[in-house]
Amino acid sequence: MIATLLSLGFFAAVVRITVPYALAALGGTLSERSGVINIALEGLLLFGAFSSTIGAWFGHGPVAGVLGGVLGGAALGALYALLVVTLKGDQIVCGVALNLFADGITRFLLKATFDSSSNSPRIDAWGHIGTTLILVTVALVALFHVVLYWTPFGLRLRAVGEHPEAAASLGVHPARIRWAALVLAGAVAGLGGAWLAADQRQFVAGMSNGRGYIALAAMIFGKWRPAWAAAACLLFGLAEALQIVLQASGVGVPAWAVQMLPYVLTMITLAGFIGRAQAPRALGKSD
Amino acid sequence: MKLGRALLPPLWAFLIAMAAASALILAVGGSPLAVYRLLAAGTWGNGYGIGQVLFKTTPLILTGLSVAVALRGGLFNIGAEGQLTVGAFLTAFVGAHAASLPPVVAIPLALVAGAAGGAFVAAIAGALKAWRGAHEVINTIMLNFIVRALMVGLGARLFEREQIHTAPIALSARLPRLSSWLSALHGSAANASLFLAVAVALFVAWLFARTRIGFRIRAVGLSPAAAAAAGISVPRVQLGTMALSGAIAGLVGANFVLGYKYYYEDGFSGGIGYIGIAVAVLGRARPLGVVLAALVFGTLSQGGLAVNAVVPKEIVDVLTAVIIFAVAAAQPTVRRMLVGKEPAQ
Repeated sequence: MIATLLSLGFFAAVVRITVPYALAALGGTLSERSGVINIALEGLLLFGAFSSTIGAWFGHGPVAGVLGGVLGGAALGALYALLVVTLKGDQIVCGVALNLFADGITRFLLKATFDSSSNSPRIDAWGHIGTTLILVTVALVALFHVVLYWTPFGLRLRAVGEHPEAAASLGVHPARIRWAALVLAGAVAGLGGAWLAADQRQFVAGMSNGRGYIALAAMIFGKWRPAWAAAACLLFGLAEALQIVLQASGVGVPAWAVQMLPYVLTMITLAGFIGRAQAPRALGKSD
Repeated sequence: MKLGRALLPPLWAFLIAMAAASALILAVGGSPLAVYRLLAAGTWGNGYGIGQVLFKTTPLILTGLSVAVALRGGLFNIGAEGQLTVGAFLTAFVGAHAASLPPVVAIPLALVAGAAGGAFVAAIAGALKAWRGAHEVINTIMLNFIVRALMVGLGARLFEREQIHTAPIALSARLPRLSSWLSALHGSAANASLFLAVAVALFVAWLFARTRIGFRIRAVGLSPAAAAAAGISVPRVQLGTMALSGAIAGLVGANFVLGYKYYYEDGFSGGIGYIGIAVAVLGRARPLGVVLAALVFGTLSQGGLAVNAVVPKEIVDVLTAVIIFAVAAAQPTVRRMLVGKEPAQ
């Protein structure tokens, strides 16, 4: 079993599970640091998976697929921004509705496009995009860290998330920053969706399957910091892969216990039992 | 005047949703008018359709009230899905072991078990909010998934062999179908739990209008600081509000378990808990509003099946989402309005 854990296959399994979590968690981090709660990560992943499938199918290639995922996610992110930033709708209500919307519209379009209520046809045009996407994910984690902490945009974004009035008095436009944050969050989560579709070489109805919520949990467990959120995703991915190996070798770690882990850890973190989990101060306030 | 203002957002939401639906129907080459006619005929057009609408409305009244009660107390309960799962499971468990009891004991006992289960799950989030300041939205979401994992791992052990449902409940714990009194509803699954849902709505209305507990919940919802200054124990009220909210969600099992299938089935809910949020928002967190909103979404839910031959039934989920978008955007300060204040003009 030790040999299994040290094998390349196990490493690959961990990475495969981690990538979509990490991309969605990055999106979540960006949007929440700008002060907007994003429980729509699940919907963004799912919609990205569908729009990337459309891209890969009609564009006959992985590049069109990735582009489709990113643009689709960004479009849904823009819809979310329109609702909660411009129209000042309640962020939680709109987030829940956006998840419902993504689930409904992808199933609707799946039937309308591919005449199936469960999945798209197999798409071989995806090719071997996986390795590239893994590298892109790693680069994005680093990039998000740099942008958030070392650039004027990142400073403004964090300022808007902590104290929008103070930021506005210094000439920063909170609404513009939040629009940018939400569209970017959508794009990166949409890329996570593209990974799901590319990995399975097809779209399956509801294929995000709760991953957006795990990403949300990882974001909080990582205390709203991109690199730590990604590390939390890696931890959750490791636990999942480990559980699969242990189950195969007959060691009794029940699957449900591992499935619960991210959520239980998040609740413990939020309750302040592991250091202090300080959310951005203006989180969830629409003005 | 007040009523007019209350009706405006739902009306506007309805128009936007109709426009979005028409666009989608046209996009797939259908005729909107024909689809709406089908939808009306398949729901309110015959006895069976009406019965099915009532059957789908029943749990939505309960989850809508659950979310509404929490909203009045300034709390967002996104965990109705997990709470109703645990509640329905316990209802089925007690119901299955109630063979020796008469219906007047067996049915209330099964319902109390469901309410207790829902209350327990919600109270975890309530306690963490009250004493640790942990955000109840995140915690109720996390609890939904913890419940899901637990049901897969532990709940499934009580399922029948090779099945995804529990043993059937005793005959004495079963609720009668409405069609046994009204033969026009023949074949539909509508059952006596509709009366339970309406009774809970009346109870909630009475609670907020007439009781000290209801007053305290509203006070904490409007301003925890002011409530605390007035001598109200904010943490205790928050814990109690969440528990009450969860208890109401926990009653959902009455409809499916006691009144329809007579067992708990994996995935029976199909997102009723999440639609409850839509019901509460459209119904402005008022009991009467919730009942009417539940009827709207109950009609849509049944209507989806009626139009499925012409347009994919998922159009209903899109419609539901668009209605929430429109209502939420029409009420910039939904939360403030929900707890009883009009927005600044």
